[in-house]
Amino acid sequence: MFLFFIYSLYLTIHNYFMTVMGMLEKKLSELGGVPTVDKVGVEERVARFKSRSIKKESKMQGLKMALNMIDLTTLEGKDSPGKVRQMCYKAAHVHDQFPGLPTVAAVCVYPSMVHVAKKALKNTNVGIASVSTAFPSGQAPQDVKIRDTKFAVDEGATEIDMVISRGKFLQGEHNFVYDEIASIKEACGKARLKVILETGELSTLDNVRLASDIAILAGADFIKTSTGKIQPAATMQVTYTMLMAIKDYYDKTGIMIGMKPAGGISNSKLALHYLIMVKEVLGEEWLTNQWFRFGASSLANDLLMQILKTETGIYQSPDYFTID
Amino acid sequence: MAKKRDLKQKISWELAPAPESTGHINLKDRYDLFINGKWVAPKKKKYFSTINPSNEKKIAEIAYADKSDVDLAVDAARKAYDGVWSKITPSERAKYIYRIARIMQERSRELAVIESLDGGKPIREARDIDIPLASNHFFYNAGWADKLEYAFPAKTAMPLGVAGQIIPWNFPLLMAAWKIAPALAAGNTVVLKPAETTSLTALKLAEIIQEAGLPPGVVNIVTGFGDTGAAIVNHPDINKVAFTGSTGVGKIIQNAISGTAKKATLELGGKSANIIFADAPIDQAIEGIVNGIFFNQGHVCCAGSRLFVQESVSDLVIKKLKERIDTLIVGDPLDKNTDIGAINSKEQLEIIKKYIKIGKEEGAEMYQTSCKIPNKGYFCAPTIFTDVAQSSRIVQEEIFGPVLTIQTFRTIDEVIQKANNTPYGLAAGVWTDKGSRIFNLTTKLRAGVVWANTYNKFDPSSPFGGYKESGFGREGGLHGLSAYVKLV
Repeated sequence: MFLFFIYSLYLTIHNYFMTVMGMLEKKLSELGGVPTVDKVGVEERVARFKSRSIKKESKMQGLKMALNMIDLTTLEGKDSPGKVRQMCYKAAHVHDQFPGLPTVAAVCVYPSMVHVAKKALKNTNVGIASVSTAFPSGQAPQDVKIRDTKFAVDEGATEIDMVISRGKFLQGEHNFVYDEIASIKEACGKARLKVILETGELSTLDNVRLASDIAILAGADFIKTSTGKIQPAATMQVTYTMLMAIKDYYDKTGIMIGMKPAGGISNSKLALHYLIMVKEVLGEEWLTNQWFRFGASSLANDLLMQILKTETGIYQSPDYFTID
Repeated sequence: MAKKRDLKQKISWELAPAPESTGHINLKDRYDLFINGKWVAPKKKKYFSTINPSNEKKIAEIAYADKSDVDLAVDAARKAYDGVWSKITPSERAKYIYRIARIMQERSRELAVIESLDGGKPIREARDIDIPLASNHFFYNAGWADKLEYAFPAKTAMPLGVAGQIIPWNFPLLMAAWKIAPALAAGNTVVLKPAETTSLTALKLAEIIQEAGLPPGVVNIVTGFGDTGAAIVNHPDINKVAFTGSTGVGKIIQNAISGTAKKATLELGGKSANIIFADAPIDQAIEGIVNGIFFNQGHVCCAGSRLFVQESVSDLVIKKLKERIDTLIVGDPLDKNTDIGAINSKEQLEIIKKYIKIGKEEGAEMYQTSCKIPNKGYFCAPTIFTDVAQSSRIVQEEIFGPVLTIQTFRTIDEVIQKANNTPYGLAAGVWTDKGSRIFNLTTKLRAGVVWANTYNKFDPSSPFGGYKESGFGREGGLHGLSAYVKLV
């Protein structure tokens, strides 16, 4: 009787692992496999987006849209509660001298600063994103990553930005990466999960595409290019490749996934070209901060400068815009 | 994760018009013939209008040259050849050609706007492709002018004499550059006739040639219709005929010069195959299809107008292609965001419409994008036909417009056979992730150019030309230069 119990327990565990092991392959093949990506072709396509000319009212609309999609970010070892409080105030009051501007989408901070942000952002619509899973390297055991995530959520984070284990991915341990994302997704509870691929370490667009598909299948609500700690960070080529993964998944399942390029987008013109790309690849449904974000800190002030220039016809000195 | 349909608010973000300004261009009301370095009125005083195909408004009057005007031009070219151009040192020739290239660069913005106004092509293409490439052809060939002994080792390259050149309306300035630059570099003089619907940039080039101080008569530009071209081809003192245009006219020219000592290169029509294998990078292949057939409204002799898709991915490719072409903006050629401009002329629009009608009558399934199209002017929405047969007329005949036919295939042998089963042989495209398959196909496709994982790429150093009824001779590169020399 006892032996039978042990045996059936073994069978349950065994079956459980077999299912999980084969899950990724099965899901990938249901999507029709992972398509190859041609870098030269992607560069050409991106050049077309960059040749779009965005003028007058479409420029103004685009600038405000971009402002409303920013995750205002501070991720430094020297971050202080005071710095986070200041940034949160700026997030909700971007430029009070000019009424009618939207807020940014969210602030993005380390887990230890989430409670500060939560207090500072009370009664606003600004979300609180927290990086987790031993950001930025992801070099920690899985239980630590899960605790890291749960801590951030318990402190009040509404969004979690996790990093994938790039080492395991490059080793070919795709199932490991898939399982890890799935376990973090579970730890997130109601918080939305953004999965950072750190594309600067993945080296090819084929890898970017595969990592995007794995993250989406494992339960990502958003896929995100970079931590901002590695160069190159977000590029339009990489973002385009990820947008195509989102599009193909949507076409197959009807499920929308969000996109967040992060790092290296510091001027308005580039931000507008990203938005044009989102519009032409995914459609206008994605043009809200529910589905598209910019991970950036200096972009906000450049957008403000451009908005005020468009409105008043005069460029103002950067000194008129608060740094945080 | 929310479904798309659950979303209440729908954002609409349209691009505001972004027209390129025309204030900086300099156009006369009337253009005469450019003969012997001067502007000369046509003997019969006849002129015709050149119109803007995007709004049907007249831009300028162009001189209509007849046989006597052509005689004058050929005479001037002969005198310039004997007296100056074949005598001066090759490095002197290079100096003039470099000068033309540089002035073209300096005036590129004006040239791009005029090209777009007169021919209907989007300013984006005129600005980013036509004009830079045209000036690059002059730069490239200028480099060869004093290095012909290295271009053709162990031989002496002698010029042919007077070249009569007739060019089409799809890439007006670029075709003029393709023809004039190698001819001058090799030491020939030129009589060039642009197409009647797109004479303006060739005439602007004449101004540039004047400004560059080229000796009178080295380049002569005579405008007019088919009879003007015939007068050039039939002139007894022409040594070389270079023609780009339809296969029909190409045959007439070949007939006309048979039995004479005239040399010829003919670059004619095409019905090129673009082949997508299942392992291709599909999203980039979609771009290649779009670039292959909708570039320059499909007015491209090497347009990838016959698409072959491997059966296992055909549904996916067709779906993605339809979605992609729905994002193409058709409209004012001068708007910087326009992807597809105006059809070059009313006549050409009628031809395209005729073929679309034939396609429907043949039972093919048609898909046209629902983009807004201007009320005035000659426009045609991007069109694709599926369920076509190898024997359909829209698959066999050159349409020269934004119309694509799609066939499927299963095996490599099948697609090679079908791709080659045409009287034409100008270009082909192959899309696959497998390098060995590319090399296998490039040896078996009977086409002058085979692009792998790209389409419609041009470079002054790369030869271009056709097999079979797509013509003979090559333009561009050393091959193009060799068509303007005799080697002794």
